[in-house]
Amino acid sequence: MSEVRVLVGTKKGAFVLRSDGKRERWEVTGPHFGGWEIYHMKGSPADPNRIYCSQSTGWHGQQIQRSDDGGKSWTPVGNKFVYEGTPGTHQWYDGTQHPWEFKRVWHLEPSLTDPDTAYAGVEDAALFRTTDGAQSWHELPGLRTHGTGPKWQPGAGGMCLHTIILDPANPRRMYIAISAAGAFRTDDGGESWRPINQGLHSLYIPNPTAEVGHCVHHVAMNPARPGVLYMQKHWDVMRSDNAGDSWQEVSGNLPTDFGFVIDVHAHQPETIYVVPIKSDSEHYPPEGKLRVYRSRSGGNEWEALTDGLPQKDCYVNVLRDAMSVDSLDDCGVYFGTTGGQVYASADAGDHWMPIVRDLPAVLSVEVQTLA
Amino acid sequence: MVKVALPAHLRTLARVSGDVSLEVAAPVTQRSVLDALEARYPMLEGAIRDHVTKQRRPFIRFFACAEDWSHEGADAPLPERVARGEEPLFIVGAIAGG
Repeated sequence: MSEVRVLVGTKKGAFVLRSDGKRERWEVTGPHFGGWEIYHMKGSPADPNRIYCSQSTGWHGQQIQRSDDGGKSWTPVGNKFVYEGTPGTHQWYDGTQHPWEFKRVWHLEPSLTDPDTAYAGVEDAALFRTTDGAQSWHELPGLRTHGTGPKWQPGAGGMCLHTIILDPANPRRMYIAISAAGAFRTDDGGESWRPINQGLHSLYIPNPTAEVGHCVHHVAMNPARPGVLYMQKHWDVMRSDNAGDSWQEVSGNLPTDFGFVIDVHAHQPETIYVVPIKSDSEHYPPEGKLRVYRSRSGGNEWEALTDGLPQKDCYVNVLRDAMSVDSLDDCGVYFGTTGGQVYASADAGDHWMPIVRDLPAVLSVEVQTLA
Repeated sequence: MVKVALPAHLRTLARVSGDVSLEVAAPVTQRSVLDALEARYPMLEGAIRDHVTKQRRPFIRFFACAEDWSHEGADAPLPERVARGEEPLFIVGAIAGG
């Protein structure tokens, strides 16, 4: 019997939600690390019992926790993130240059093949890697130092590297995204990087088509088609069919194309999901109706999914790492809200139910599908 | 033995209850106490002071014998009562946030 494990990071601790493949009844455990902000947790595809967790507070800084038993017990591991060489400067809110300063880990991406290898996306934006199960972390400085770094600037949430995508067909290729710099790709295992933002159009920056400076909120890929990427930008939903070399807008008939999350169906690479948010200054669903929008055509044509979701007086947000899919058939879709609800659909979005309603504000949701 | 009182989050992280007792060679200073604390409990590295600069984290304060030692030099001798283990060095999370 298959099992699904949902890893939920919140403003005040981590939670692990478990169900069998029917995804009807759920066991909720937590909070783990109560009182700490859990920006992200993710399990290793190579060993699902290995889970990495980013834990932080303003008082005590960054911790990394590791579980080797599927989230039942945890061990603090290496938390030393030091930029390689002279950190240099990036653009500050007022246009002046500001030194790079480590603040926290936003995203952890375990290797597809080695449980001891994982990547960490941090604020101020940089990419780190461990090869010893998170005992130690070392920066891949080619990203931060490739040349455009002084033009990167923090978004409202900080200058965070929040998205890391590993190409299952090409172990040398990796994609990352930074707010507010844009998307970047390496084809040599992280040694060298280049911006992949051609086709993005951002009215809020001096040059709307600049090489960097775009506030990319999230990028998603279906592992079966690694050259096709979907992006939720600050405004605009975008698509690339050439590994990010160029992008086309696919916002289509969405009620608003502002939002944070985007994800792809596990088995249908042209089926994608977003949660439209009213605007950059009003971070809640339009009309107080929480609606997931699904496109079965890779964008442009979208349908609202509402069954089981609140359709009045709902003013929560869904943050960039707070949506995930399982790989069962039907594909399960999950997302968490800043109101503390975690919603699940066991039929690819047709019907939704809350797994939990009253957690702290949800920062991230990841799903593990277990045999 | 020098005693150290940790804030709740760090007691949980270090998996201790109550004060921590440490062997600290003289002179007993903030630096020597924190060095001994981090050697015994490596998970506390970076949680009280910066990994590299060893500067106190902004929302951490040090108190000894009812006095705020947060702005004293890291190598200034702590009060004798702390050095003798009669009073703990308090590591306190500042009241901040909301």
